[in-house]
Amino acid sequence: MSTATAQKQGFGATLWDYLTTVDHKKIAILYLVSGGIFFLAGGLEALLIRIQLMVPDNNFVSSGMYNQLITMHGTTMIFLAAMPFIFALMNIAVPLQIGARDVAFPFLNSLGFWLFFFGGVLLNLSWFTGAPDAGWTAYAPLSTTSPGHGMDFYVLGLQISGAGTLIGGINFLVTIINMRAPGMTYMRMPLFTWTALVTSVLILFAFPALTVGLFLMMFDRLFGAGFFDPTMGGNHVIWEHLFWIFGHPEVYILVLPIFGLFSDIISTFSKKRLFGYSAMVFATVLIGFLGFMVWAHHMFTTGLGPIANSIFAIATMAIAVPTGIKIFNWLFTMWGGVIRMTAAMLWTVAFIPSFTLGGFTGVMLAAAAADFQYHDTYFVVAHFHYVIVGGVVFGVFAGLHYWWPKMFGKILDEKLGKLAFWPFFIGFHLTFFIQHFLGLMGMPRRYWVFHSGDGLDLGNLISTIGAFFMTLGTLIFLYNVIITSIKGEKASADPWDARTLEWSIPSPPPFYNFKQTPLVRGLDPLWVEKRQGNGKMTPAEPLGDIHMPNNSFIPFMISLGSFVMGYGLIYQVDDSRWLFVAIAGLLITLGSMFVRSVKDDLGYHIHKEDLEEKGAGSE
Amino acid sequence: MSDEQLQTLKPGQSPHEPEKATLEGKNKFLGFWFFLGGETVLFASLFGTYLALKDKGAETKAQELFGLELVFIMTIILLTSSLTSVYAIYHMKNLDFKKMQLWLGITVLLGASFLGLEIYEFQHYVHEYHHTFTSSAFGSAFYTLVGFHGGHVLFGLLWIVTLMVRNAKRGLNLYNAPKYYVASLYWHFIDVVWVFIFTVVYLMGKVG
Amino acid sequence: MANKTSESFEFAKKKNKEEMKHHLITFASMIVFTLIAFGMVIGDFHRLFTIPVIILMAVVQVAFQLYYFMHMSHKGHGLPALMLYSGVGVAFLTILAMQTIVWW
Repeated sequence: MSTATAQKQGFGATLWDYLTTVDHKKIAILYLVSGGIFFLAGGLEALLIRIQLMVPDNNFVSSGMYNQLITMHGTTMIFLAAMPFIFALMNIAVPLQIGARDVAFPFLNSLGFWLFFFGGVLLNLSWFTGAPDAGWTAYAPLSTTSPGHGMDFYVLGLQISGAGTLIGGINFLVTIINMRAPGMTYMRMPLFTWTALVTSVLILFAFPALTVGLFLMMFDRLFGAGFFDPTMGGNHVIWEHLFWIFGHPEVYILVLPIFGLFSDIISTFSKKRLFGYSAMVFATVLIGFLGFMVWAHHMFTTGLGPIANSIFAIATMAIAVPTGIKIFNWLFTMWGGVIRMTAAMLWTVAFIPSFTLGGFTGVMLAAAAADFQYHDTYFVVAHFHYVIVGGVVFGVFAGLHYWWPKMFGKILDEKLGKLAFWPFFIGFHLTFFIQHFLGLMGMPRRYWVFHSGDGLDLGNLISTIGAFFMTLGTLIFLYNVIITSIKGEKASADPWDARTLEWSIPSPPPFYNFKQTPLVRGLDPLWVEKRQGNGKMTPAEPLGDIHMPNNSFIPFMISLGSFVMGYGLIYQVDDSRWLFVAIAGLLITLGSMFVRSVKDDLGYHIHKEDLEEKGAGSE
Repeated sequence: MSDEQLQTLKPGQSPHEPEKATLEGKNKFLGFWFFLGGETVLFASLFGTYLALKDKGAETKAQELFGLELVFIMTIILLTSSLTSVYAIYHMKNLDFKKMQLWLGITVLLGASFLGLEIYEFQHYVHEYHHTFTSSAFGSAFYTLVGFHGGHVLFGLLWIVTLMVRNAKRGLNLYNAPKYYVASLYWHFIDVVWVFIFTVVYLMGKVG
Repeated sequence: MANKTSESFEFAKKKNKEEMKHHLITFASMIVFTLIAFGMVIGDFHRLFTIPVIILMAVVQVAFQLYYFMHMSHKGHGLPALMLYSGVGVAFLTILAMQTIVWW
């Protein structure tokens, strides 16, 4: 078998290529595109929410519709937008940063994506028949008694996409541990890789709790179990625990890789090595560790008692310490550096004060006694949007600007990038800063309307205006993407004069990444070589055959099967014949897994001679 | 790296740890152990739920419900199956494919009889005590925890049988050795979970 | 060359056999632990005595499974052990919370 790389293909061939790909760079694009679509859907939902709250006693959407909008906005943004963006960035950058040709389990990488994708599609199909409406936290008994099938779509959609995430987490763990290039010791890994490692650990231990919680809720809603039904002896506090044992680490799952990419971006665009590298690594691990001990701070008003509340309050405040270490290290890295204010750097610099504000309100909320005042008001809404938009969304924009050349071979237009930044940045603070005060004035979250005369009119109007600014920023970014793909300039291998391994190979990289595995001789390996006048990596091995995995359609089929099964399970309550659909789905999944385990899949080799021929193209 | 992987291993010419001789094997080994770490949390969530809901809303409490004879037999069967799968891996390391298959076959038989007894046990609770999945929160939690374990046993059986049938004709090689090894890890983990189930659910249920 | 590998193979085989003997001892002690646990419950000792003992029996038995049957005592199991114990840590917190702070 030789290298079958057809260059210019028809649409059908390209589609088939993406449906079957196991290449981490293409999977990154898949994650990015589907995450982007879900991000737009979630953004549209947010805009509708803000329009409803623009003026008092508004009737723009019905109260039931409003509940669906807030539920789907939260669920979509966390599970279907932020998560795939994180996975897109991890997929494009991590294997390249450690000098690997692919991830440890290319097949599972693809499976993880397709499970996520079908879960997300299932969840969003609920819009046709009534979307989930019990809030993204789905507290029982509100969620278990919610009529219609909305919450069933929530349960099964998240179950399927959650399985995909877990698979992705294990994959990146093994990749980072086993696939590093010679010389790439743990303490030489770029910080993005480090944070990807810790995030994967968090995924591994957090998602099973969600899996169980969703199973219990499914059993309650669809099969008559009584986990959360007090009349049967059930206890809904169990759901709150399971949800937040998952839910709090989830916050760190999202934000840690963002911390990592900011570290890489800041050191690149300050032309300095990262200040306090080992302290940064330590802080990352510590945040991951503490992240598992604070979940009950979401439940201060549940009535767990003063002792439990105190313990969780203190643990929560402790997280401010490693986070503070990071903030200062970023500042010190920039201090005295040769700073280039590119679009990526602009988002990064804006992130620091924005996220820090979210951190401050986090410590305020951590004070259990004070939290009784803040709980379920717009103060909380403001807090977590400062953390998630000011942290994760800013980070994703920065990361996309930074790695776009590596993903697509073209540099996103810098001018348009900055033009997108300003309305988004201003709009973000307009929208959410005022919400702190709305919350302190007593405006509860999740309410459909507020009344005139409550003194909340102006604040809400400002907030809504801000949302339109953010929309404008997003649209400019989209325009930038389109313009760049049509007539953007071709990127060189190293357009940012960067420091890490991914910039030592062409943009976009050949499908085998590294023709010869590089030899790593220090932290920021490419920079080390530049300083010593080499300018490129020394290979660690002679040119030889490269082993590559085969494409496969099986991941798509496994995921399709679970999608069909989910649909059948949802509707078997109405008509037991749907059970056959569920069983059919299960059989598709199991059958595909069976084919996978019975068929030998050894991959193929790219021969040395072919590589030598192609050598002309790379540098 | 690829075609050699399919060559049948012969004693005296091949690595002692065939499961970790290739990079794919090493990756599988590590990834599967990590997966087991995640499974630990999964079962802990189920155990926690069970403990919080034990006896809640049920007419028949755990103390009268459970009998120990059957559970004892099931425990011994599953423990023994753990030993037989160790034997299988022992023969794998000695590259003795036939004996490995034999011991795996015994493991499967033991696992299947465990599963049969578990189904009988559930039947018994349902018919004698009307203790069902939907009768109370206790019932839901009990069948979910023990049923999840039973589901793991069933999946493990299907997995091992698939491996045995698939490779019956071609023997042990570097491509399938990691698969066998990982399947045996899974089987041991099932036993680990059962040790906690018989202790926490049955014995502690009996003590009250 | 072939002779050498076959020699070291014989050596490994011997070592495996040695280890198999340990496995049998492990198995026997696991059966004993199980008998003790069941015996304690049937013997109807005080529950505050019984429960800690049977949990201890379970933990020891599981350690045997992990270290001997699953070969965690062998070299190259550092990371598996680290991740398994991290999982056990999260598991412990989860069960503790479900026992203490769920209202009733």
